[in-house]
Amino acid sequence: MKDKLIKVDYLARVEGEGALYIKVKSGYVVDVKLKIFEPPRFFEAFLRGRNFMEVPDITARICGICPIAYQMSSVHAIENAFDVKVDGILRELRRLIYCGEWIESHALHIFMLHLPDFLGYDDVIQMAKDYPEIVQKALRLKKIGNEIVRIIGGREVHPVNVRVGGFYRAPSKKEIKQIEDDLKWARDFSIEAVKFLAGLEFPEFEQDYEFVALRHPNEYPFNEGRIVSNKGIDIAVSEYDNHFVEEHVPHSNALHSRIVNRGAYFVGPLARFNLNFDKLSDIAKKVSLEVGFKPFCRNPFKSILARAVETVYACDEALRIISIYEEPSKPYVDFTIKPGVGYGCTEAPRGILYHRYKIDEKGLILDAKIVPPTSQNLKMIESDLWKFSATYLNLPEDELTWKCEQAIRNYDPCISCATHFLKVHIERE
Amino acid sequence: MRTKKPKLAVWKFASCDGCQLSLLDCEDELLEVVGAVEIAYFLEASKATIAGPYDISLVEGSITTPHDAERIHKIRKVSKYLITIGACATAGGIQALRNFKDVKEFISVVYANPSYIETLNKSTPIADHVFVDFELRGCPINKYQLIEVISAFLNNRKPNIPTYSVCMECKRKGNVCVMVSSGIPCLGPVVQAGCGAICPSYNRGCYGCFGPKETPNVFALTEHFIGLGLKSTDIVRILRNFNSYAEPFRKGSEAYER
Ligand code: SF4
Ligand code: SF4
Repeated sequence: MKDKLIKVDYLARVEGEGALYIKVKSGYVVDVKLKIFEPPRFFEAFLRGRNFMEVPDITARICGICPIAYQMSSVHAIENAFDVKVDGILRELRRLIYCGEWIESHALHIFMLHLPDFLGYDDVIQMAKDYPEIVQKALRLKKIGNEIVRIIGGREVHPVNVRVGGFYRAPSKKEIKQIEDDLKWARDFSIEAVKFLAGLEFPEFEQDYEFVALRHPNEYPFNEGRIVSNKGIDIAVSEYDNHFVEEHVPHSNALHSRIVNRGAYFVGPLARFNLNFDKLSDIAKKVSLEVGFKPFCRNPFKSILARAVETVYACDEALRIISIYEEPSKPYVDFTIKPGVGYGCTEAPRGILYHRYKIDEKGLILDAKIVPPTSQNLKMIESDLWKFSATYLNLPEDELTWKCEQAIRNYDPCISCATHFLKVHIERE
Repeated sequence: MRTKKPKLAVWKFASCDGCQLSLLDCEDELLEVVGAVEIAYFLEASKATIAGPYDISLVEGSITTPHDAERIHKIRKVSKYLITIGACATAGGIQALRNFKDVKEFISVVYANPSYIETLNKSTPIADHVFVDFELRGCPINKYQLIEVISAFLNNRKPNIPTYSVCMECKRKGNVCVMVSSGIPCLGPVVQAGCGAICPSYNRGCYGCFGPKETPNVFALTEHFIGLGLKSTDIVRILRNFNSYAEPFRKGSEAYER
């Protein structure tokens, strides 16, 4: 077989900038590099010296696709340092705004970034010519997710209303109620979407993954829980640094994470689905069983299905919260600033997002550590590419390249996040 | 007779992707926008790319690497109109906080092997490198303003984007001023309108994501902040956010650093 180099200089339909490079020699894959050249932005460095109240506004700017995730991990970590507990309706309101971000981000990724791969289009705009109805409905779904974020947060990108202790202003019952009917439509369409997506052709590909996600005794995880895996991890968030390490590799501006003494792991919708299936709502469980999608699924291409099932869940959960919502008497809980270290980990649409802050007695940040989901998945994506490209080496160059890009998009990588991603090069010698 | 559709390109430098996402967030208008222009280069949305020249280039993000400092010149050459979108492209963005510090120290905080990292000492706006036809403010931009700017350029007219302050929008909305009524420091008087006065509507002060308005009197406001009991270090921090390197904010913060 011919030697070749597969190169994609700028990976499309991922957030941020990066490249893929695969080298094939005498019929074997000899090198895979996912290059991240999105420039470093140094958030952890300039958070030092900032007041804790500014942190959620600043960390939101790490990523325009999932600002709520950054705000939620930030406020939870800081509240952990101050020993404050946000409970009751304020806690529900945080789940509700997170539902909005999941719906918006999942709709964007499923229909606009990933589905065109499965159906053989370059983008959603081309796809819209043959599937106008599904694209229009997808846009409406995305808009409903955004609407939730806008009502609670003030705007879709970089919301202004999230603060340590709760919110600056709690929305009125009337504001919250106005999205109810749209959400019922959104839940119906998401159910339809699961059935449609289950009919796609999925490449046969499985690996023995270690899936990592949060797990909470009573609920599908958003903001709280223990960090668990299918290979024995079961730890409190504060123990994260003892089990996960980040490495700096020469070809990437994003750090690579691995499990101490083990290696790559998998975070995101498929990990959450596999580890928390029992905690999905009845409607979400029913539709996934109906289409034959159940744990333990080891095919990363089915992440698109996990995303759709989670969208059903997020709509359902949002409806539950809306039905019990009463405006709280005060939009935040009071607390006293005290020095210490705080840990936070929440489930961003792309997977667990870990924050740790050391804070002084005046409430200034002494030290910050932020590990985005994409950094945690990078090693796994490279590992998938090694094995996946090896099984498809006889495909023509452009098809192989396309398949590899699709394998990357399974993870919905967000390069802006990971650098706080992508060119494809396949080289055959 | 209709001629060929104008070509639109979207380029990215150091940023969070939030501003280009605003284009995809135009759910109701997206298919119309797509009908009016040919999206010729937009990697976040499509792998198909059409060669330049382009009628309109939207540029997101700031210049922070030697490679990007070269790339922006190439983009200028193939663009009839170059419009910067957002605080990163227009003022250096949140990553311009490095401009006040030693970047080497920053690299060592985040990365174990600083030698792998190639970056410039400063994060600079696009207009520091090439001629820019229009700068759209905001972190993120307002999507309706984006549509206004695109349609203005397509129709050869001046975009109708206000340069007055957030206070004007806040008054028009009928908000009670958070600074007057509750003593909450608010940058509204010196920040350019465009967001619709979101923060005061959510009971908090403006933290400046749309950058300085035309001819802002930053010192009058910051002295008022001192009267509210803020310290110089607080004022430095308030001015050093997403637009810290925009001149009025930069000079303001530097004055309180001494
Ligand atoms: S200006 Fe703000 S919203 Fe726009 S890319 Fe930069 S950080 Fe993101
Ligand atoms: S009020 Fe100020 S900080 Fe808030 S969204 Fe508007 S410009 Fe940005």
